Amino acid sequence: MPIPASILTLAAGILLALISLWAGQNINLMPVAAADDAGTVDALFKVLFSIGVGLLLGITAMLVVALVHFRRRDGDHLDGPAVEGNLPLEVFWTAVPAIVILILGVYSYDIYAQMGGMADFHHHTSMPPREVEQVSLGHPADPETVIWGGIDRTDGMAFPVEVTAMQFAFIFHYPRQNFTTGELHLPLGQPVELRLKSNDVIHAFWVPEFRLKQDVIPGQPTVLSFTANRQGDYDIVCAELCGPYHGGMRSKVVVEDPRSFEEWLVHNTPATVATAPDSSPIA
Amino acid sequence: MTTNALPVSPHHREPHPVDVQHHTPWHEYFGFSLDHKVIGIQYLVTGFFFYLVGGALAGMIRVELVTPLSDFMARETYNQVLTLHGTIMIFLWIVPVVNGAFGNYLVPFHVGARDMAFPRLNAVAFWMLPPAGFLLLSSYFIGGAAQSGWTAYPPLSITTPAVGQVIWIVSVLLLGGSSIFGAVNFIATILKLRRSGLGLFQLPMFCWAMLGTSVLVVLATPVLAGALILLSMDIVAGTGFFNPALGGNAVVYQHLFWFYSHPAVYIMVLPAFGLVSEILPIHARKPLFGYRSMIYSILGIVFLGLIVWAHHMFTSGTPPWMRLFFTIATAIIAVPTGIKFFNWLATLWQGKLALNSALLFCCGFIFNFVFGGITGVALAQVPFDVHVHDTYFVVAHFHYIVFGGTVFVIFAAIYHWFPKISGRLLNEHLGRLHCLLSFLGFNICFFPQHWLGLNGMPRRVAEYDPQFQLVNQISSVGALLLAISTLPFLINVAWSLWKGVPAGDNPWQACTPEWLTSSPPPVENWLHEAPLVTEPYDYGSPEDAMPVTTVQGRELWSAGR
Ligand code: HEM
Ligand SMILES: [Cu+2]
Ligand SMILES: [Cu+2]
Repeated sequence: MPIPASILTLAAGILLALISLWAGQNINLMPVAAADDAGTVDALFKVLFSIGVGLLLGITAMLVVALVHFRRRDGDHLDGPAVEGNLPLEVFWTAVPAIVILILGVYSYDIYAQMGGMADFHHHTSMPPREVEQVSLGHPADPETVIWGGIDRTDGMAFPVEVTAMQFAFIFHYPRQNFTTGELHLPLGQPVELRLKSNDVIHAFWVPEFRLKQDVIPGQPTVLSFTANRQGDYDIVCAELCGPYHGGMRSKVVVEDPRSFEEWLVHNTPATVATAPDSSPIA
Repeated sequence: MTTNALPVSPHHREPHPVDVQHHTPWHEYFGFSLDHKVIGIQYLVTGFFFYLVGGALAGMIRVELVTPLSDFMARETYNQVLTLHGTIMIFLWIVPVVNGAFGNYLVPFHVGARDMAFPRLNAVAFWMLPPAGFLLLSSYFIGGAAQSGWTAYPPLSITTPAVGQVIWIVSVLLLGGSSIFGAVNFIATILKLRRSGLGLFQLPMFCWAMLGTSVLVVLATPVLAGALILLSMDIVAGTGFFNPALGGNAVVYQHLFWFYSHPAVYIMVLPAFGLVSEILPIHARKPLFGYRSMIYSILGIVFLGLIVWAHHMFTSGTPPWMRLFFTIATAIIAVPTGIKFFNWLATLWQGKLALNSALLFCCGFIFNFVFGGITGVALAQVPFDVHVHDTYFVVAHFHYIVFGGTVFVIFAAIYHWFPKISGRLLNEHLGRLHCLLSFLGFNICFFPQHWLGLNGMPRRVAEYDPQFQLVNQISSVGALLLAISTLPFLINVAWSLWKGVPAGDNPWQACTPEWLTSSPPPVENWLHEAPLVTEPYDYGSPEDAMPVTTVQGRELWSAGR
């Protein structure tokens, strides 16, 4: 006895759902996660991946079934049925994707807000600009210190590092200790705030393990704040085409436990402490 | 026709002799012809020439990336090759072919006209293409081509060697101008030159696609032109529009650029959607499913396409509300796009599918584009995009769309309309081999690139971390396969032009007006009056004539009817 098509369809649907859920949970395509919100981004990716696998497999299966089952046999010169549309079906495949997409949008907005992506930098002229390091250095506001964008969840309370990008290197300045290095060190589990500016063209600061990237734009300082939560060395990659040596523009970030981080800071801090001007020697 | 003669005035606009020469003399293809069919073929052949050039450049890129070191060409050269590749593929292959070639060849037929509304403008638009293309290529030999990518972001584009960058700008301005001339012509032809009795909602879907595309071209391209003119002034006249060193704003350029270049991706894909809507029903022997919803989704894509540009700038210096707005607007585009794909699947379902090259290339397109659409929706989610922006993930995404999507459709369209254009059929065995090799090569080349991007390989680099070597090599093997895949195609075209099986007027038994005339068609398209086709997809036997036996999936389609 032939199995009714509706049961076959149902079974195929269930199988598809199971496969995509399994794929989302078990296929890991991302590098290790080393910052607090990286795990949240990965969770979003898993959802996107599940939906994507389900959709792609479903549509591919329909396509293959159509190609095999409805192929024109030899000697068949007839036409198919003159079906011109089906309103309920069309409403269905308009409404379902629309709903899924709105839910996804709200979900990713929520994550982004939690990461600090919706922080208000007041860079419109009517608002008083937030200044870089206004407390500890006591400088008056100048246009170059207005923050133009970025990710900031710490409200200026995090440990600051000034990042300067140039063709073809990143330079890191620790304003509180007033020294500059070519290798970024960060304390484990402590919020940090990178203030990014560029000396020449646009670069982008990217650490794949942090799932964070921010363009470094000449004339428009940006900020990136986060908490590294896994010890280790990671690559800093320049992600925006910046000239012939763009591919070689990489540095290292070292995430270490707070004690060794302190030691590293002390070891590097110049003998004449904190009274020096804040501009980095290179910039 | 106007008699206001241009110096290089053609011949065949004079009153038509009764016995028409069906075979256009060969030299007309090299001249200032006003015949929309000749112009269409001029676009197609010119575009294909540049496809081969752009493909050779892509080959150089993939050779460089076989090893992690920059060892095949100088780093500056790599960036020139990369810039030329992108610019050529977009502005000299995809845009001119899906718009210029197929638009020109088909739209007058579809509206029942004997030519485009402004034949001279049409010829001028085409003849801007070869000089622009050769100018662009020549820049490589005079001081080096532009090095700042097809996006030409300042301040990089202001600081790289000026000659190459300025030639790049002039060339893109010419190509943009050509595209605007073409678009004005399509809008006028579709709205004003329709045969009497032919309503807008009776047009083949390709005309609607061209109408939507042309609206986008007319609204968006001038913005690109403006941005590029300001950029060139920054370069040659020392102005500071986009130069932060002089108080300019580099991000404003990005807004202007993407205000054009996001719609540009729809300029590259909407006509392809239109072509698929023409090809599938014929080879499935069924009407196009959901004619009206196809039209509304084109209009929806046109509207939404204009308000999503900042999704290319999520990591740039944009205010937060913009990221929210552009996330949602971008993801919503997937809805009208999805409608089209479901409609095509429904068109295939229960059809009598001829598994020929045209249909198989369309199916390859559906798979590839759905893949690219899924990664597109993922990229629209800001937290995820922050990770993969400017990486090989994005490279994979847009190649799935532009190559796996549009280029596959161009080939489908060539297999489908070659018999009309030349009067001869293409060889099906070679065609299916071409399709198989393209599909495999394409997926081997671009599928692994998603992983590269997720795991830390940025785009536009000549050197990379050694951990990515194996996957890059796999990708390069795919590229090699893709290069090989064009061989059966070239052989097929050459051989079939010479010895192919004569096609007859209407080898596919199609309904649309271009098939209701001889192959190749006479200069005035039909010797007699233009046919009035009010049902361009009049295939299929009436439903109640179906045998009432068990057909799988039947319940699904007849439900709610
Ligand atoms: C489902 C619809 C689509 C969505 C949601 C979508 C979304 C996106 C997003 C968000 C980006 C930016 C990624 C980044 O740079 O970080 C992007 C890039 C891109 N998309 Fe799509 N896309 C879609 C369809 C298309 C289509 C139809 C085309 C072309 C025919 C296309 C071509 C491109 C190109 C060329 C880029 C990269 C441009 C560059 O940076 O050089 N996409 N897409
Ligand atoms: Cu850089
Ligand atoms: Cu876009």
